[in-house]
Amino acid sequence: MEILQHLFDGFLIAFQPLNIGLVVLGVIVGLFIGAMPGLGSVNGVAILVPMTFLVPPTSAIIFLAAIYYGAMYGGAISSIMLGIPGASTAVATTFDGRPLALKGLADKALVAAAVASFFGGTLSVILFTGFAPPLAAVALSFGDQEIFALMLLAFATFVGLSGDDIPKTIFSIAIGLVLSTVGFDIISGEPRLVLFEISGFLSQINFLVLAIGIYGIGEMLWTIEVSRGNSMMSKAVITVDRMLANMKEVMGTWKIATTSSLLGYFVGILPAAGATPGSLMAYGVAKMTHKNGENFGKGEVAGVVAPEAANNAASTGSMLPMLTLGIPGSPTTAILLGAMVIWGITPGPTLFIDEPELVWGLTASLYVANFFALLANIFLIPVFLWVLRMPFTILAPVIFALSIIGGYAATQRLHDVWLMLVFGVVGYLLRKLDYPLAPAVLAIVLGPIAEQKLRQSLIISDGDLTTFVTRPISGTITVIAIFLILMPVFKMIRDRLRRGTDSAA
Amino acid sequence: MYVSRRMLLGCAVVAGLGAALSTVASTAAQAWEPKKPVEFVIMAGQGGGADKMARLLQTVIEKNGWASKPLTPINKPGGSGAEALIHLNGKASSDPDHTIMVTLNSFYTTPLRQPNLKVDIATFTPIARMAEDTFLLWVHKDSGIKNVDDFVAKAKAAGSDWIMAGTGKLQEDQLLTDFLNAAYDLEMKYVPYKGGGAVAKQLAGQHANSTVNNPSEQEGFYKSGDTVPLAAFTTERINIFPDAPTFKELGKDFVYLMQRSVVGAPGMSDEAASYYQALFQKVFESPEWQDYRNKRALQGAFMSGDELKAYWMTERENHRQMLEKMGAL
Amino acid sequence: MRRAEITTAVLLAAFSIYLMWKSAELPIGWLPEEGPGGGAFPFWLAVIMLGSCIWIIVNWFRRSSPPSQSSEPFMDNYAVKRFALVGGGVTAMIGLIHILGVFGSLPLFLIYYIRFLGRHSWATTLAIALSAPVVVFFFFDVALRIIMPKGYLEPLFLPLYDIFL
Repeated sequence: MEILQHLFDGFLIAFQPLNIGLVVLGVIVGLFIGAMPGLGSVNGVAILVPMTFLVPPTSAIIFLAAIYYGAMYGGAISSIMLGIPGASTAVATTFDGRPLALKGLADKALVAAAVASFFGGTLSVILFTGFAPPLAAVALSFGDQEIFALMLLAFATFVGLSGDDIPKTIFSIAIGLVLSTVGFDIISGEPRLVLFEISGFLSQINFLVLAIGIYGIGEMLWTIEVSRGNSMMSKAVITVDRMLANMKEVMGTWKIATTSSLLGYFVGILPAAGATPGSLMAYGVAKMTHKNGENFGKGEVAGVVAPEAANNAASTGSMLPMLTLGIPGSPTTAILLGAMVIWGITPGPTLFIDEPELVWGLTASLYVANFFALLANIFLIPVFLWVLRMPFTILAPVIFALSIIGGYAATQRLHDVWLMLVFGVVGYLLRKLDYPLAPAVLAIVLGPIAEQKLRQSLIISDGDLTTFVTRPISGTITVIAIFLILMPVFKMIRDRLRRGTDSAA
Repeated sequence: MYVSRRMLLGCAVVAGLGAALSTVASTAAQAWEPKKPVEFVIMAGQGGGADKMARLLQTVIEKNGWASKPLTPINKPGGSGAEALIHLNGKASSDPDHTIMVTLNSFYTTPLRQPNLKVDIATFTPIARMAEDTFLLWVHKDSGIKNVDDFVAKAKAAGSDWIMAGTGKLQEDQLLTDFLNAAYDLEMKYVPYKGGGAVAKQLAGQHANSTVNNPSEQEGFYKSGDTVPLAAFTTERINIFPDAPTFKELGKDFVYLMQRSVVGAPGMSDEAASYYQALFQKVFESPEWQDYRNKRALQGAFMSGDELKAYWMTERENHRQMLEKMGAL
Repeated sequence: MRRAEITTAVLLAAFSIYLMWKSAELPIGWLPEEGPGGGAFPFWLAVIMLGSCIWIIVNWFRRSSPPSQSSEPFMDNYAVKRFALVGGGVTAMIGLIHILGVFGSLPLFLIYYIRFLGRHSWATTLAIALSAPVVVFFFFDVALRIIMPKGYLEPLFLPLYDIFL
């Protein structure tokens, strides 16, 4: 009951005219920034930090959180419409969102993304409201071994995403992981894999460089070849009837949305993990459990719902360690954390007691921001569809230009723009030869966390590998992960055997 | 009532900002001023100590309208700051007047450890030392350790099973760990993490036995009573932790501080250098920065020009000796 | 298609070997009490890359993967021409950023593509090509403070900075 009282006070703060205005403005700004390939919530939040000195800290963090939320919604827009994930959290959304858009069902995918985001966001805010402090304790209890086990599980869930060609899938995962190690080895403090001694490789290859290269440039080259001058990209239209039908279909996926939100939220609160593994795992789990699992990747609504519910739940989740432990769960929360420090607020276990106005004002604003982001998304769908109906020979150069400029904006290094072009061209050629590329993109996100946690765990355990199975939480997760990884192998052997007996008979 | 007062305050700030902007524009018409946005390179990743400081400096400057062109922060964390140093070096020939950088102690260690970068920090333009951050030895409250003697006893008993978590390899935290190991004859095991926040969490979750965090990194857990500072690597006790003695008091003469400085690209013109020096002196004296310094218990007076350069040279020599002792050179 | 498959596999195998060699600059073995060395992770993954390339090559000889059975050309004339025109345009745009900056190369690229590849009217072309840089300037340079590269055109922007920043 005490919580409800706090929440009520929070809503009073959130509904102050200044704050509600900032929520609305923040969501819209965030939507645009998020929809731009290369830019994500981190850019929007970073630039607005200095401006927030004009308003009191509570309003400022509400504004920044609204941008954060808006950008999470926006990320899905570029994934679905352009096939370019605007942020690593939206990679999984392209798997089914893009095929739907190509089938002329962009409206359905957009509705699914908006509704699922709303669902995931709201469910996670409710969890946040009710159980923040105990969940923070759980997050703290996750050590290096547990996080590594979790990464293993994330890899395991997308083994199922592989193409038909096994060696090519393995190659794709491996090259993504190798590329993720370029730059600098934190554990030994030495430069590593500075390819061809080019100084640009002294720093890590940003995920966005690979993602925009493959999905922006590579995918466009592919589409241009396949479409053979066919001028339309999508024939999507929107009518009230279609909208209602879409809504109905999306509502039917509530079970997947619930599991995905819970999974995303939980992975999101673990520091270091962030929203990306959460959305991937949700997609993987949905593919394994859904009755149309084998249609995932070909344009299945549930395949949009799962990652979108999860990534929004995770982004709320990642605010939890920031507020309660002072540890950022993602780059964006890192900036938010910095901003709080600038305002003279100390995040940490005592924040809920020291600054109730801020915490509960923020919590209530999350509900409001979520609702408003849903509305904005639904009403903007006709605009997005209008953009998609532009002639392809106009849309294509604009997408190329957006990719190049967005790719530059992400890291502000021309080296990365060239690298993006290389990835795009190589990605296009490999794609023609049936190499699956999504595993490489995911591997570059998860690789660095997995490697660091593996090696930190091993230093702690004196190089003893059993550390991963003897600890109860990491042991359980590791066993599940290994089972999932080996499942395709079992399946292959079974198929081989069956084929063997068939041909014998 | 409450709302309207806050909103009025907001309006007042906006008006003040406008006024400040116009006065700056009129009074400083003759002196050198940036012609385009100034690149504000951060030698570390987003969210770390250097990043927070850079964004605070940027905010103070923007809020008061002290610069005619904005400072645009760019993170270049690659290779422990190697990427940032190379970037600044490259600006020497193209445009040295519009690039400045927030720097820390990797400013010394990275060029020492990677001579092939061909970076000589003596050529960089000294602008301002804004502060020196302090280090303390931290343990978890459930360990029952109350002072350095308890700590030494327990760590000795644990041998190499005693985990010291720290930021990066062969950087500040490991230098301090090595010092402790040598001074008290311990065998603590050092585990590197990516940033101070992650290190603090390792201790709070009791995945590590001790850390040597900055106060700002442990502040939240200290306030909640989860972690305890045992001793400080400073010359005098830190005022916000009056119960933690210095190692000097304990008979180990070891002081180690982290510089928080602003440096300009090599080859910056004298006019530009004095512009930035004056700008950051103003920031240093601003109530916002002083307040931040007090809250974080930052030390170190303002330093600029040749004095700052001399300080760098001494510190570089100190770090060279420390790294040599570790066998890292 | 068949020739492309084997060529790619061999090139990727060569790249894997390069990565192995490059990773070996750091210890690739198991360090006592510490676990894998700094080069181990990329090295052994590069070995896996090499292994899968060999597997792909074996499949090629056994003709068991779809591209190795296909007799279709890897890229037909249309594909080669499009790839050269579009890919060349994108490459030229990135190259020109070094000289003319984003605001010089962006309109040139859009004119090239929309007018010469897309055969749209000059009115449409110019409307897009000239408005795009303005939008980019206000969105990135002014609003987000992400300063786009200007190349040798930088002096032209100094007055704009005075007004908008």
